Amino acid sequence: MGLLTNLKDSISRVTDGLFAADEPKRIGIYGPPNAGKTTLANRIARDWTGDAVGPESHIPHETRRARRKENVEIERNGRTVTIDIVDTPGVTTKVDYKEFLDHDMEKDDAVRRSREATEGVAEAMHWLREDVDGVIYVLDSTDDPFTQVNTMLIGIIESQDLPALILANKTDLPGADVQQIANAFPQHETIPLSALEGDNMDEVYTKIAEYFG
Amino acid sequence: MPGPTPNADGDASSNAPEDDGVRIDMISGARMEGLTGMEKIRLILDGVRDGNIVILEEGLSPDEESKLIEVTMTEISPDDFTGIEIETYPKAETSDQSFLDKLMGRKSAQKLTVIGPANRIETLHKDENLISTLVSRK
Repeated sequence: MGLLTNLKDSISRVTDGLFAADEPKRIGIYGPPNAGKTTLANRIARDWTGDAVGPESHIPHETRRARRKENVEIERNGRTVTIDIVDTPGVTTKVDYKEFLDHDMEKDDAVRRSREATEGVAEAMHWLREDVDGVIYVLDSTDDPFTQVNTMLIGIIESQDLPALILANKTDLPGADVQQIANAFPQHETIPLSALEGDNMDEVYTKIAEYFG
Repeated sequence: MPGPTPNADGDASSNAPEDDGVRIDMISGARMEGLTGMEKIRLILDGVRDGNIVILEEGLSPDEESKLIEVTMTEISPDDFTGIEIETYPKAETSDQSFLDKLMGRKSAQKLTVIGPANRIETLHKDENLISTLVSRK
């Protein structure tokens, strides 16, 4: 009985592996709040599928649930790479509903938003540990990248041996400093872009195909 | 739910007058060594939720940090607990590695870590050699 069970498990693992090789890789878009993750997810999804992933906003924690866009086929250099994009809520170690009151929000709405945001961050961490095959880490290149959340998340991604591409977003804004991000994480390649304006997306797609294809 | 997780007080109960100042718990690597990941997270969060600053001699592993963020999020509640502020030296992981560690692919987890309630601790400056924080009273 035990032998049969072991044999069945072994066959199952082999067949799972064979099928898994053909399945699209799940690529999580991670980063701190307001880095432009959803803008990037929408840009990629619109460029290759015509649909968007979710609403964008300047208010932090607009994305409070991980959203997946499946079977995004990216063509590069004569070959097609198929990925599932997972747009995740911005990761933080603190959420205070009072910060939302500054965005003309009533207290009840702010409390609800903060509660959903905390659930979303917890969900994002769970996805990172269990359910993604690679990470696109998005940073706002006008912000200081030397934050604890960035340090911890990059450490977590590295400890999982996940392929990671760092994108320095918002290069269209004055004060953007791509080099500062490259200096913060010298062990990774940093690609500049403006997801909002669509600047340098060709290089981004080439790197996505290279890293996750 | 009562559990076996030891608190930073050990066996002694603390009756320190909280209004007089800020309590800092410095927890040695030896004390953390025998604890499971969840026990470490409980030890930290119980202290921080009491308004204490917790300093870990050897920090947490990346997986434990990930779970600390996740559990912290589940405990945030309006007007009560807004989360944690956490700081470690950013480059300690690689600079602490010995040649043998690098050769064997071992990563040192030893990195002094400061954790406190988000509404009471503010980082003023941080680089690979210095963490400067402002701690406010309740």
